[in-house]
This record gives sequence, C-alpha cells and structure tokens, in this order.
Amino acid sequence: MSQEIKLSTPFQEEDVLKLRTGDKVLLSGRIYAARDAAHKRLLQDLDQGMEAPFNLQGAVLYYVGPTPAPPGRVIGSAGPTTSSRMDAYTPRMHVLGIKATIGKGRRSEEVRRVLREQKAVYLGATGGAGALLSRCITGSRVLAYQDLDTEAIRELEVQDFPLLVVNDAYGGELYATARL
Amino acid sequence: MRSIDVREVTGQVARMVVEANIGLPRDVFAALRKARENEDNPSGREILGQLLENARLAREMNLPLCQDTGLAVFFVEMGQECRLRGDLYQAINDGVSQGYAQGYLRKSVCNPLSRKNTGDNTPASIHLDLVPGDRLKIRFMPKGGGSENMSGLAMLTPSHGLEGVKEFVLQRVAVAGPNPCPPGIIGIGIGGSFDQAPLLAKKALFRSLDDIHQDQEVRDLEAELFESVNSLGIGPMGMGGKTTCLGLKIETAPCHIASLPVAVNIQCHAARHKEVSL
Repeated sequence: MSQEIKLSTPFQEEDVLKLRTGDKVLLSGRIYAARDAAHKRLLQDLDQGMEAPFNLQGAVLYYVGPTPAPPGRVIGSAGPTTSSRMDAYTPRMHVLGIKATIGKGRRSEEVRRVLREQKAVYLGATGGAGALLSRCITGSRVLAYQDLDTEAIRELEVQDFPLLVVNDAYGGELYATARL
Repeated sequence: MRSIDVREVTGQVARMVVEANIGLPRDVFAALRKARENEDNPSGREILGQLLENARLAREMNLPLCQDTGLAVFFVEMGQECRLRGDLYQAINDGVSQGYAQGYLRKSVCNPLSRKNTGDNTPASIHLDLVPGDRLKIRFMPKGGGSENMSGLAMLTPSHGLEGVKEFVLQRVAVAGPNPCPPGIIGIGIGGSFDQAPLLAKKALFRSLDDIHQDQEVRDLEAELFESVNSLGIGPMGMGGKTTCLGLKIETAPCHIASLPVAVNIQCHAARHKEVSL
C-alpha cells in the first residue's frame, strides 16, 4: 500500500530504505539542480582532484534547467527533465554519496541495479508542470558553473515538493510497460 | 503588390513566442480535461489534474508552462504576391531573440559540437512555403527536447505496407514510454523522401486537435492508430491508464515506388503553438 511521506534533506540510509515504489513524497530542504552539462563537468572536475561545490553525502539531485526568474520570483518554471540522459553519470554519482535523484522517465537497467547496491532512490516529478512545481521552490542560488546558465549547478530550497517513488532500493518500478 | 516591413514580423514574433509559452491552447486544455474525466487509473487522473492546474497557474503567474521553452520552430507561408522589405529570416530570429529575453524564457539552443549555448535561443528552425495570395502567415511552435528525442524515422519498403507503418508507430510510442511526457500528440509523416517525412510529421503537429483531415483514408488511419496508441497502457506520465495520447495527426506525400518512409514526431502534453497572419 502506497503511503505519503514527508522527508527532509540530506537523506540518511534509513530515509531511503523506508521508501517503496509508488509512495508519495513531500520533500523539504536543500536539493541540487544539475543536468547534462553540469554532470559532465562535475565528474571531470572530480577526476582532476577538485572538490565538489556541495556536500555529496546524502544529497538529492534534481534534473532541471529552469527558466530565468522574472522580477519578484526566486525561480522561473522549473519542472523535471528526462532522466535517462543522465544514466551514463548516475551510477558514479551514487557511489560518490548521492542518495536520490529527481527527474522524469525511465532509468537504465544499470541505474536500477546501482540503486539497489548503493541504497538510493529515483523520484519522479510531474513533467511539464513547471509553473506548478516552481511554487514549492522557495530559494535558488547558483553554486557552480555560472557560464552554463540554465545548466549551472544550483542550490534550491524546496518546501513540500511533490514526488513519487519511481525506483526504490528494492528493485521496484513504477512505470507501466506498454502492451504491444 | 502588397508589401510588408519585416520589422512588423519581428514585433509579432517577439510577442507570439512569449504568449505561446505561457498559454496552453484551448484545444489541448479541453482534451486534457476530457481525458481526466475518462481516465480510469487514479494516479493517471491525478497527473492530468496537475497538468490542468499547471496550465491555470502558468497564466495566473505569467510563467512558462514548462521550463523547456523549446527550440523555436516556424512554418511560414508567404503569399507569392506579397513583397517583403528586409530579411525575413533575420527578422524572425530577431523576434525570437527579443521575445526569449523579454519573456524570461529559457535559452535552449547550443552548438552541436562544442555544446556552447548561443545565448538567445537562435537560430530558429524556419520552414518557408510559397503559397498563392498576398498574406504572410507565421506559425510558431516551441519544441521541447525530451519529446523530440523520442521521435524517429523508418525507411520502410513497399512490402512492409500499411501494417509496417502501424507497427513502427506503435513501437516508437511504446519505446518512448514515460519519457516524452505523455499524454501528448503524435505527428506522423508517411511518404515523401528521407527529408520530407519528418517535416510532414512536424507539420501534422500544427493541426488543431479537432481538425478533420480531408482524405477519408488518412482520417480512418488516424482514428485507428489513436485507438491503438491509447490501448498501449502507458498512461499519463507513464503511470498506466488509457490516456497515452490526446491526438494523432497524419500527413502524407507521394513517394518513390521503392520507398515507404514513415516519421513519428512526438509532442508532449504542453503542445504549444501560435499563429499570426499579416
């Protein structure tokens, strides 16, 4: 039976282990926005011995490239992007300590295996609901790679950000399989 | 001969790129509402409710519906008896540049090799058709990357026949699954050449959801494939259910006796478009 759980970041292992595919999560705290270009550069920087711009232990990544914040708002439209594009980087991110990622769409077999091994989860936000989701974001500042503009790494403050557990740490899968 | 100053084009384009990104078209909103009434899966229904709420909020907050404000795609129909004063392509790109800056829209265009962002969402993808008359019709669609990535082309051959066409369409939508933000619109181009079929598929996406194709054969195929796609069980955002697409539109063109190209262009539920006639 799916449940609604309120969670705060950073995640501890026990936070992850109580989540099951289909659970609703209302997430609060700091999460980190990073998509394609930020993933690539972050891992290159780490390879060269540089420090990550935020503490990776227990951190939650949000795959988002927001629209610019209009005057009077902390952020523009800010819904999830397609997660599978980050599949190539995700296993390493989890090994480095990331406990959850937020996006939309299916993950690779390898990512789902790593979620089990590293005790991590993949959470889904509603794609294309950028205006709705922006209301749960109460703060935003660029932490690194400002030159990447919308693809920069941002620290976001979220309040009751609505999510669904897509892949839990036990091999669960939320998405329906197409009947061909 | 009627003459139009391209500065007027720039102004109209700057306005329409912003409006298109904020206001969900009426036909798409109506289709989402109908889908919510008909959807049996509670999770799917909840997602559809969020999408309707998002559309309402976007207008209220004057924010883009989706953070992916797209690659700017234009189909321009230019009357042969209309004369333009100035460079049309430049005028459209200037409008895109201005609109994306003034409207706080995301700049999502980059060099394919260096991946460096161009900074103002140009260049736009501009398709120009010469038509009879003296009007200039500009149709705009901000096309998101997530759904575009799930699109595909198959160079089928005559022996594949109509069955092969149907199989390819269903296989594309099935493989895409939750990724392109279903329920969207499926644009299909059948026939033409390697370059024409995808263009037909994209053109099909500009048709209003309630538009009825003039050709009975195409109309029947649209109806059949619409049912088949919605029987795949992918549902809203892949949550399962009977709403996998809100519409399915087909355009055709004659092709070589050796060929049967089929292109499937997937559009997400934020099916934004706008047109203006000058």
